[in-house]
Amino acid sequence: MSIQRPPIDISTLLRFERKSIAAALNLLEDRRPARQAQALALLDDLTAFPAPAHIVGMTGPPGVGKSSLISRLIEIAACEDRRLAVVAVDPSSKVSGGALLGDRGRMQVPPHAPVYIRSFAARDRLGGLSREAFAAVFLLRHLCDVVIVETVGVGQSETDVVHIADTVVLVVQPFSGDVLQFIKAGVMEIPDILAVNKADDELLARKAMADVQAALSLERQAWARPVLAVSAATNLHLEDLDAAIRAHHHHLVSHDTLTPKRTEQTLAWATSEVLHEVGRRGLQTLGGPDGVKHFWAQQPAQWSERHRLDALLGSLHWHHTHTE
Amino acid sequence: MKEEAPWVMRTYSGHSTAKASNELYRLNLSKGQTGLSVAFDLPTQTGYDSDEAVARGEVGKVGVPVSHIGDMETLFAGIPLDRMNTSMTINGTAAWLLALYIAAAERQGVDPKVLQGTTQNDIVKEYLSRGTYIFPPGPSLRLTSDTITYTVTQVPKWNPINVCSYHLQEAGATPVQEVAYTLCTAIAVLDTVKTTGNLSAAQFTDAVGRISFFVNAGLRFIEEICKLRAFGQLWDELTRDRYGISDPKLRRFRYGVQVNSLGLTEAQPENNVPRIVLEALGVTLSKNARCRAMQLPTWNEALGLPRPWDQQWSLRIQQILAYETDILEYEDIFEGSKVIEAKTIEIKRMAWTEVERVLDFGGVISALNYVKEQLVASLTERQRRINGGEQVVVGVNSFRETATSPLYNGESSSILKVDEEAERDQLTRLHAFRAARSQAAVTDALSTLREAAVNGTNIMPVSIRCAHAGVTTGEWAQALRAVFGEFRAPTGIGGAVVARVANGNGDGAERLEQLRSRVRKSADTLGRPLKVLIGKPGLDGHSNGAEQIAVWCRDAGMEVVYEGIRLTPEQIVASARDEGVHLIGLSILSGSHLRLVPEVMAGLKAEGLTDVPIVVGGIIPEDDARELRAAGVARVYTPKDFEMMKILSDMVDVAEAAHA
Repeated sequence: MSIQRPPIDISTLLRFERKSIAAALNLLEDRRPARQAQALALLDDLTAFPAPAHIVGMTGPPGVGKSSLISRLIEIAACEDRRLAVVAVDPSSKVSGGALLGDRGRMQVPPHAPVYIRSFAARDRLGGLSREAFAAVFLLRHLCDVVIVETVGVGQSETDVVHIADTVVLVVQPFSGDVLQFIKAGVMEIPDILAVNKADDELLARKAMADVQAALSLERQAWARPVLAVSAATNLHLEDLDAAIRAHHHHLVSHDTLTPKRTEQTLAWATSEVLHEVGRRGLQTLGGPDGVKHFWAQQPAQWSERHRLDALLGSLHWHHTHTE
Repeated sequence: MKEEAPWVMRTYSGHSTAKASNELYRLNLSKGQTGLSVAFDLPTQTGYDSDEAVARGEVGKVGVPVSHIGDMETLFAGIPLDRMNTSMTINGTAAWLLALYIAAAERQGVDPKVLQGTTQNDIVKEYLSRGTYIFPPGPSLRLTSDTITYTVTQVPKWNPINVCSYHLQEAGATPVQEVAYTLCTAIAVLDTVKTTGNLSAAQFTDAVGRISFFVNAGLRFIEEICKLRAFGQLWDELTRDRYGISDPKLRRFRYGVQVNSLGLTEAQPENNVPRIVLEALGVTLSKNARCRAMQLPTWNEALGLPRPWDQQWSLRIQQILAYETDILEYEDIFEGSKVIEAKTIEIKRMAWTEVERVLDFGGVISALNYVKEQLVASLTERQRRINGGEQVVVGVNSFRETATSPLYNGESSSILKVDEEAERDQLTRLHAFRAARSQAAVTDALSTLREAAVNGTNIMPVSIRCAHAGVTTGEWAQALRAVFGEFRAPTGIGGAVVARVANGNGDGAERLEQLRSRVRKSADTLGRPLKVLIGKPGLDGHSNGAEQIAVWCRDAGMEVVYEGIRLTPEQIVASARDEGVHLIGLSILSGSHLRLVPEVMAGLKAEGLTDVPIVVGGIIPEDDARELRAAGVARVYTPKDFEMMKILSDMVDVAEAAHA
């Protein structure tokens, strides 16, 4: 059976027509086999086009004001007519499977600004990114200047965002003792930029900044991780945050680390998808992370990440049926 | 013994235009009403002129439009303000409407010093329940503080604020929560006034004495009596201990009341009359905790806007209570009752524990999200009890058999229809008013307003100046928006309410499980998990219904996009498109459904989203519902549709049918 071509015209996507983007993301989420085939074809077609977007992860505990900060970053981007997409992830209920997707309500979009916001439920990923959300980012990075991925991150197991973001911003608030918790949980290793939000109260903010700086003081890295006191409510130092995010991107590009970083991330993502789908024994069957890497390199160049992952999981299925 | 004077009797009213409302007020006064209670329309409450785009369809709907001093003068034409006691339900723009009232009184030749009445002016409960806030908490509390500081010396008989427990109960608060969160709001307000240092110690004492309350009273009227006694005792102790007020008279818990609407039903609406009577007993029986002013809802409130006859019936209830019964002849009849005393103490103790919890958060503003989540959780619990039959609602989940009602046949003849011409009439007069005023005087007054907003001087004197100069409501609010910014309150729906619903036992829990399995299966038809958007278009801020639907949809396993209140149809369409939802649920309680729903539908059509069905919920008369269905709305829900499981399973049907 030949694959029906995707019902979406790539040129409308590249023109940032939101109706088409929405249709494309609906397709990526669709689990029906015929639609899945179309979705893979669409992603494959897009690999022929550049992926210029800077992918920024915004993570931090619930209630620290991530969405409000993103709202301000949207405003700044809109002033320069930069195309921006937001992928906002909210947790799914373990009991019902349902989810409340409320982040976009806190994001104000200036009229006619080229901004596209899509909410995703974490589904079975408990605070992390679902396969659909990853696919969405794979698609959006061909269409935008910036893709912001917002996730709730409170522990190392919930930081899937490192598998997709070029730059990770960790957002904390001054009076929560978050920082100490993060050091314990190993979360401090993750961010490229730290933002202490709600820093209107100077005393508390200074205390939190001191905590964060102490936690980072032993570092000797090429990229000195900036710590910024910001406030979405009063517009404090938001231009600095935007500048820091861009500076990190520039750092990656100028040190030629962006491409290898993305390759590494993709393999880590594929490995974690394998683990999620078939567990440790499944990964072993594939020869561990090295096996994944090897398999990845064998696939046709025009295949997207999402397509390769399907092939990888498919090969495992084949394995199973033949050994049983 | 000497009979006590009755409370002030009011009816919450206002609609169409200032002129139409003025006629209604004079009619009500002629029937023996002893005070006025002004309902403003949503544009006025949220700081927009009648001719602004967001006001379209909302002008004169839930109250009277007041865009300038001309409207205010018309509203009170022939009503001497020196002898009137006027309550104004106004919050986000309270300082402005008070300024217009003072200016109108001055033009009647009345000295503001003799004015009596109340501005509701409680912004916290707007954040929590009612939704007509504009500015962030800091500037909002500053405006409240300004009105208190100003009136305490300049309009000394005025109640500058009615701290409201009313809307918390409507949002689901238990008696304990109602008492606790209301006291927390009073503390936030008085602490702000005190911190400004603009009042001398003696003036601050007077200000504490001017704080009044606006409470709710439900059908469990024995508990309500105890709640009000607890309220009074806690206020007495709080003002003594926290603010050092030594004069017991200034520590008295003075309150007005509107009895509960949440418990009024659309099914067999005549049953609401006995409900209203019983609720009124809760606030009148106990002399030590009796209301100072009362307004009663009408029997047909769940159907739509009441007509003058409906309001008259509710006024007559008050008059029969006050003038025919003997309740005003006795001292406090509960003094010495062990049962009442024990319940009062229990409510006091639990409420104070909750007050302390909120104060530990840093006060009610810091705890806004926590408090909102508690309220949403309480309302969800109430819904669950009604759905499971644990809480009996006569005519709704029990005793549903009924003969044909001679009062109500399901048609709109039993309610008031706002004349659509009224909006045009209002706009014509607004344009004429603008054309006739001195633009230079307006520009000048607005620049002093901005200055005061920036440098922190009291907003009242400049606002009164603006009123006389012919500044409009929209201009006043816009000037302050530019300085203060705007706010979006927490929705509270993220609270951990799943467990409470899921732990429901018996039939309810089983049906919820069945529903979840249906929702899971629908993903096979739809290709991905069922995703819905719950939207509140227009200026209406009554979000309790939308929040409940959002919470229940989530608990049924759906992925729910909810963005809070006050969205334009364009925003709703854009969200539906970007999010790729399978279905849109719209909640509208302001009566502007015939305007807003078709706008959303037209927007969807323009985006090519004709396969996204719409369901609508609200106070929607049957012939409007028919019109909406004819226009393509898949389902219309009104208060009589209390069975959540039925609504949710309908939504699954509708989504599946549309995307099959």
